[in-house]
Amino acid sequence: MGIIKAKQLVHEYIRRDEEGNVESIQTALDHVDLDVEPGQFIAILGHNGSGKSTLAKHINALLTPTEGSLWVNGMDVSEEQNVLPVRQTAGMVFQNPDNQIIASVVEEDVGFGPENIGVPTEEIWQRVEESLKSVGMLEYRTHSPNKLSGGQKQRVAIAGVVAMQPKCIVFDEPTAMLDPNGRKEVIRTAHELNQKKGVTVILITHYMEEVVDADRVIVMDQGKVVMQGTPREIFSQVGKLKEYRLDVPQITILADLLRQSGLDIPVGVLTREELVGHILRLAQVEPPAK
Amino acid sequence: MLRDITLGQYYPADSVIHKLDPRVKLFATMLYIVSLFCFKGIAALLVISLFLFAVIRISKVPFKFMVKGLKAIMILMLITALFNLFLTPGEPVVSFWIFKITAEGAKNAVLMVIRLVYLILGTSIMTLTTTPNQLTDGLEKALMPLSKIGVPVHAIAMMMSIALRFIPILIEETDKIMKAQMARGADFESGNLVQKVKNMIPLLVPLFVSAFRRADDLAMAMEARCYNGGEGRTKMKPLHYENRDRAAYLIIVGYLVVVLLCRRFLPFPM
Repeated sequence: MGIIKAKQLVHEYIRRDEEGNVESIQTALDHVDLDVEPGQFIAILGHNGSGKSTLAKHINALLTPTEGSLWVNGMDVSEEQNVLPVRQTAGMVFQNPDNQIIASVVEEDVGFGPENIGVPTEEIWQRVEESLKSVGMLEYRTHSPNKLSGGQKQRVAIAGVVAMQPKCIVFDEPTAMLDPNGRKEVIRTAHELNQKKGVTVILITHYMEEVVDADRVIVMDQGKVVMQGTPREIFSQVGKLKEYRLDVPQITILADLLRQSGLDIPVGVLTREELVGHILRLAQVEPPAK
Repeated sequence: MLRDITLGQYYPADSVIHKLDPRVKLFATMLYIVSLFCFKGIAALLVISLFLFAVIRISKVPFKFMVKGLKAIMILMLITALFNLFLTPGEPVVSFWIFKITAEGAKNAVLMVIRLVYLILGTSIMTLTTTPNQLTDGLEKALMPLSKIGVPVHAIAMMMSIALRFIPILIEETDKIMKAQMARGADFESGNLVQKVKNMIPLLVPLFVSAFRRADDLAMAMEARCYNGGEGRTKMKPLHYENRDRAAYLIIVGYLVVVLLCRRFLPFPM
């Protein structure tokens, strides 16, 4: 059984008026099935309001399913006594770096999670040091988070989650408020954690460039999982992605246009290197005519 | 202007003062304040000044950092000084029109200003050398007995540390909103007091909305990291007294005794 398994998961946001009568029901998750193997790097794509953040909050037991069920590491999230163990297994990094840092000193913030789960003092120090090192922020341990850049703050937030030694980390649009440099830092950190520590990563984003290295991409729209597959499989369906109001990496679009104009380039080119390779290959076979 | 308040801003450095237990620092600050308000005589003032500047030196915090905190209370100091100067009863030394300055008034004004300056300097040593988290840890531990009678000490301490963490963020946000509203033609400067207060509405409403949103996000982030109140929590930096803390207790009590002795035996010229 996978580390995260959802079966026919439904979540409805119910708005009530002052008397408690139901005013409107909004279905954020509509019978979602999901199965994530340990150690995978999963990317979830979707337009605003597609339900991807709602799904993320279920994995961390911040929301409970209206219908259906979700297991994290074999634990049912809707059971009260599982809430804390689930949160310990599946950590979560949020969008706004400022609003998830609790302490005024970097190392104290990283220690916050381990403190909450009752880790002995010496081990907290060890974990703090290790996790700050794993995100490359060890030299900033005594700094105030206010003086860090967005990307650095987000890495501190990641360290705070890593210090709880979760098996899985959910990144809920971690780069939405960062500049391009910060975005690269955060995505690189996520990949490193996945490769070096074997942490299962679920990356929720709407930047296409960030998902090309994922093991699997899941596309959501209006609360449903609408596409699933490797990045190559997903991005070869440019038309379908446009339907879900998603962009395709520019390089994929360029490759697609070249292919349509008659060049022999396969569908689903993801990186610049790949495209350059194809073009070089073509150039050798039929040198460009003057 | 708002950025100049150094209260609650930790200055990282490696000094004995930084390493002291926050409970010692809290206690010392309290005694120091007591000493400021009961000293008498130039001798005691010398003792206090020596003590204060020695501690500042030891703390390795640059002096200009502390002075920043003073700017914020400039007006308060001015008003206090003026009130003392003109409104203290006694034999007038100088008098013109309805104003008269008495010897006591002049003395009180000077003393009050010294007191306020020393008060800010002394307390900012504490806030500059103690992280807000340590400070609240110290308060939490010192007040723990109160939790037996139902005071939610842990929750209060947590709220305080979060408030301290968010003060600079909210100040920055205020600045940003202010500029954004000014760009749209809002006017925060002119008009009488009532108008000025009214003009604040376009600043306060977005600020409150954003503060609530932040609170919501933060609560979620805390829950996601398994926070569920004070029970079963361990401490990354647990508090226990070391020899230097005991020594510091002795020094601070000794200091207060000296100040009180000066008051008793050398109370001149004041």
